[in-house]
Amino acid sequence: MKNKASVVIIGGGVIGVATAYELALRGVKDIVLVEKNTLFSGATARCGAGVRQQWGTEMNLRLSIGSVKRYETLAEELEYPHGIEFSQTGYFMPVYSEKQQQQFEKNIILQRKFGLDVQYLQPNECRSVVPIVSLDGLMGAAYYDKDGYLSPFHTTAAYAGAAIRKGVTIEKRTEVLGFVMENERIVCVKTSKGDIFCDTVVNAAGGWSQEIAKMAGVHLPLISERHQILVTEPIERLFRPMVMSFTHGFYTQQEPNGPILMGVGDPNEPKGTNMDHSYHFLHTVASLVTSVLPAVGKARVVRQWSGLYNISPDKAPILGLPNEVNNMFLAVGFSGHGFMVAPMVSEITAQMITGEELSIPEARYKLDVGRYDRGELIVEPSVV
Amino acid sequence: MNLKDDNTIVCRCADVTVGEIKEIIRKGYTTLDEIKRLTRAGMGQCQGKTCRNLLLQVIANELHVPVTEIELSRLRPPSVTIPLELLAKEDGNEE
Repeated sequence: MKNKASVVIIGGGVIGVATAYELALRGVKDIVLVEKNTLFSGATARCGAGVRQQWGTEMNLRLSIGSVKRYETLAEELEYPHGIEFSQTGYFMPVYSEKQQQQFEKNIILQRKFGLDVQYLQPNECRSVVPIVSLDGLMGAAYYDKDGYLSPFHTTAAYAGAAIRKGVTIEKRTEVLGFVMENERIVCVKTSKGDIFCDTVVNAAGGWSQEIAKMAGVHLPLISERHQILVTEPIERLFRPMVMSFTHGFYTQQEPNGPILMGVGDPNEPKGTNMDHSYHFLHTVASLVTSVLPAVGKARVVRQWSGLYNISPDKAPILGLPNEVNNMFLAVGFSGHGFMVAPMVSEITAQMITGEELSIPEARYKLDVGRYDRGELIVEPSVV
Repeated sequence: MNLKDDNTIVCRCADVTVGEIKEIIRKGYTTLDEIKRLTRAGMGQCQGKTCRNLLLQVIANELHVPVTEIELSRLRPPSVTIPLELLAKEDGNEE
């Protein structure tokens, strides 16, 4: 293994791998990415794969709109013949209360300012988009047809292939054990396969990012939390968009070849890195989803799995440098929506490292970890 | 079953051939989990009950190691398929 690098990236999920590519694209040499397991083995592999632009804050809108734009042509850019399976079938978010309706109407005004043609559907219009939706208590829905989903596996593999061709070294099965610090800088990353002396470190360790930060003496206000998903056998086409209910807390989508995927958060989930399965989840998500989409009840569950949300206090990402260490760039705290903003986040992180102007200039002073001390939170009203 | 023939179908649920598996392995994705995620082999109705042993054999052949040295992937519940409407009716207790 190389024992010297300009940049060591910790984490082989989409954020780490895309950041490696963005740095190499900017001419940075001697980049080493270390991953304790295999590529796309953590939250990237376990996410719901949706990409949503219907957000309620300017920052999340900028991050997601820029990312979707990049995803539209990413397979060509990365010369990945298989493609990344990007499909824009929309997000449908049903409304069940007046408060929710007001919030969505407010969001839509903001979203339209950013050029998104989001629709507010009346109850009688909802079935033209989701024919199987129950009208029970339904007061309407927000719908945007350019939201969608893509393969997290192929997206990460596409970034990895392009990064490797540009000279990036990827070390799988390589766990970070600690750092050697000098004058508030990391000078060496100690791994299970040996030491790597380096100028810069990127912490993109997802559910383990706060543990990595702690090794450098940095306290990050993050918690990791298990979230579970199930998938059914393929059945005939019942609905196309992602259906995401803030009232029930679930999201569900039918994949192009027929399986239906669904997930729900558990308000009583203890924090930690437990990734076991629970029967309780199967029952909960089945009850909630069939109450809104009764026709999916006949689909048979084939598999369930879990992954980690890495949750920040305002559920928005943390980027840039912490106060305590001058060369550990953070790309953490995505709170369950890292995959959908990976292109913008990795581009901005690479720009911060190379000292370029940022694609979103405000990111430097709005997404830094210092915002929590200053009390300048980015409070996102639309998260499940 | 002839695993030397690239056209042999290893995963019948997702229609994946020996040749496709080998191509992924040669790109450096050598574990059962990586292969499953990139080809969908083992993600279908049978959940790998048919293809898992065959996949392990293809990996072992490509890497020139005994099949016993290949890392297994996690078996995920449920072990038989269950309709969502049945799960919704249950009381949700773990026992």
